[in-house]
Amino acid sequence: MSYEAMAHFAQTWGMLYFAAIFALVLLYALWPGNQKTFDEAAKLAIDDDEPIPADDRRNP
Amino acid sequence: MSNSDVRKGVGLDVITLGGFLIVLDVISLFLAARTQDPLMRMHAYIMLGAFTLGLAALAMRAANGITYDESRYEEGIVKAGVIATVFWGIVGFSVGVIIAAQLAFPNMMYFQDIGWLNFGRLRPLHTSAVIFAFGGNALIATSFYVVQRTNRARLAGGVWPWFVFWGYQLFIVLAATGYVSGITQSREYAEPEWYIDLWLTIVWVAYLLVFLGTLMKRKVKHIYVANWFYLAFIVTIAMLHIINNLAVPIAWTEHKSYSAFSGVQDAMTQWWYGHNAVGFFLTAGFLGMMYYFVPKRAERPVYSYRLSIVHFWALIFIYIWAGPHHLHYTALPQWAQTLGMTFSIMLWMPSWGGMINGLMTLSGAWDKLRTDPVMRMLVVSVAFYGMSTFEGPVMSIRAVNSLSHYTDWTIGHVHSGALGWVAYVSFGALYCMVPWLWKRKRLYSNDLVEWHFWISTIGIVFYITAMWVSGIMQGLMWRAYNSFGFLEYSFVETVKAMHPYYIIRMTGGLLFLIGALIMAYNLWRTARGDVRKGESVPDVMPASAAIATA
Repeated sequence: MSYEAMAHFAQTWGMLYFAAIFALVLLYALWPGNQKTFDEAAKLAIDDDEPIPADDRRNP
Repeated sequence: MSNSDVRKGVGLDVITLGGFLIVLDVISLFLAARTQDPLMRMHAYIMLGAFTLGLAALAMRAANGITYDESRYEEGIVKAGVIATVFWGIVGFSVGVIIAAQLAFPNMMYFQDIGWLNFGRLRPLHTSAVIFAFGGNALIATSFYVVQRTNRARLAGGVWPWFVFWGYQLFIVLAATGYVSGITQSREYAEPEWYIDLWLTIVWVAYLLVFLGTLMKRKVKHIYVANWFYLAFIVTIAMLHIINNLAVPIAWTEHKSYSAFSGVQDAMTQWWYGHNAVGFFLTAGFLGMMYYFVPKRAERPVYSYRLSIVHFWALIFIYIWAGPHHLHYTALPQWAQTLGMTFSIMLWMPSWGGMINGLMTLSGAWDKLRTDPVMRMLVVSVAFYGMSTFEGPVMSIRAVNSLSHYTDWTIGHVHSGALGWVAYVSFGALYCMVPWLWKRKRLYSNDLVEWHFWISTIGIVFYITAMWVSGIMQGLMWRAYNSFGFLEYSFVETVKAMHPYYIIRMTGGLLFLIGALIMAYNLWRTARGDVRKGESVPDVMPASAAIATA
């Protein structure tokens, strides 16, 4: 592949690829159905006591 | 707790590690016997000793019987990591003060007959000691702590996490002894030669497998965001390390190698690695630390979990492209320089997303900034993160870079990130973890944390302000022309003008070191279970942590 073709590919399809990935991330982060998972996940650091409960299923 | 949680006896982990250590012993014996290179022989003997000691320790442990309780977290390795972090931190900061003194007082601190004490040998010793020995141990220790806690699972791999820990210490010893005796491949932040690079690759793959294994054992469905940052750090460092260190040794029994790249490609590979060592080692990994210890200490949930997802993906996608800003006005094509600059400026968004998320996690608990010196240290680290990630993109702009590049401004920028962000978030994590790990109700002294905080903060301010003034002055003096079109200043005049700032910088570094020594004393007394009498700062251990240690 020539340098020009490579640069052209990066500047068009590369950019679109990035934009698409970012759109997917936004979609995942903002999807209303994920609200509950994220609310619970935000608390994961706070309560992590020992011993580890054998049937710990905080996010069923 | 059922008995099925407890596993006893010699398992596959011990057998595989034992076999692997025997193979390594044979290889290092072969190297020691066959090499004509005295430096390689020194390293072969160090490796032989280390692998033999490892084998002996493993055999003794297996003979005494190994018990794993799957209902408990593995904390011994985190304790070892805490000790290693403090130890290497003090070594790294001390060497930093020594080389700062060498720059400030070159007549007094130059030792003609002691080659290994020269600035050129000690400077990589300082950078590697603080980044990889101090920072690396802090990341390994906290990642092993956080991945267990947030996934409610004991560390995977049996004795293999200990291989990761001791293997990493061996890497540090090989790198450090290599630098002072003159082994270097002259790549910034990647000075160790080919066989040390291979060794680190093995250790790093084991680290990745232990981390992934623990994630697979998790008892919660969602993988907490801190683990995402740690995983990005581990995976990306593996990729960067392997590609940047592609080299051909002149012989299997010689320490010297030559890079697979040449010219500007070599420079670009090196700075692709170099900048992402900042982005993924010193940023992503430590953001993982932030996302556990800030919410934990504040007893508040993450401010916006959605923001953490968006800024995570944005950060790791953008950082990898920022490296070319280290090569402005070089043989690197202009478009590549511009690309690096553009991506660096775009980094403002995800960087500040992380900073805002960390700071706002305190909403509803802002009073802790006044009452809890450990919380203050963590919050100030996030503030420094915001400051240095603002400064970095500014310096990546080509016009600004023409003034700042090759000057002390760069050194000041690096240290506002390294001392203010990386070291402070690590200190905060250490102050949190030591009472939790050694099952103490509180730290030995909160007053000493206050002393540490203020002495070190004054040290950082001395350091970065001195380097700003010195760097901008240096840049302006270099580009000053007189009316005849000649350079206004000779190079030595610029060096002479920097002398007072070098003394201020050395003083700042010394204060930072004193703060770290106070911390080491405080943590040691905490681990022993002592409590200082007559404290003026009341105890502030969060309730949730107190329950965990009860």
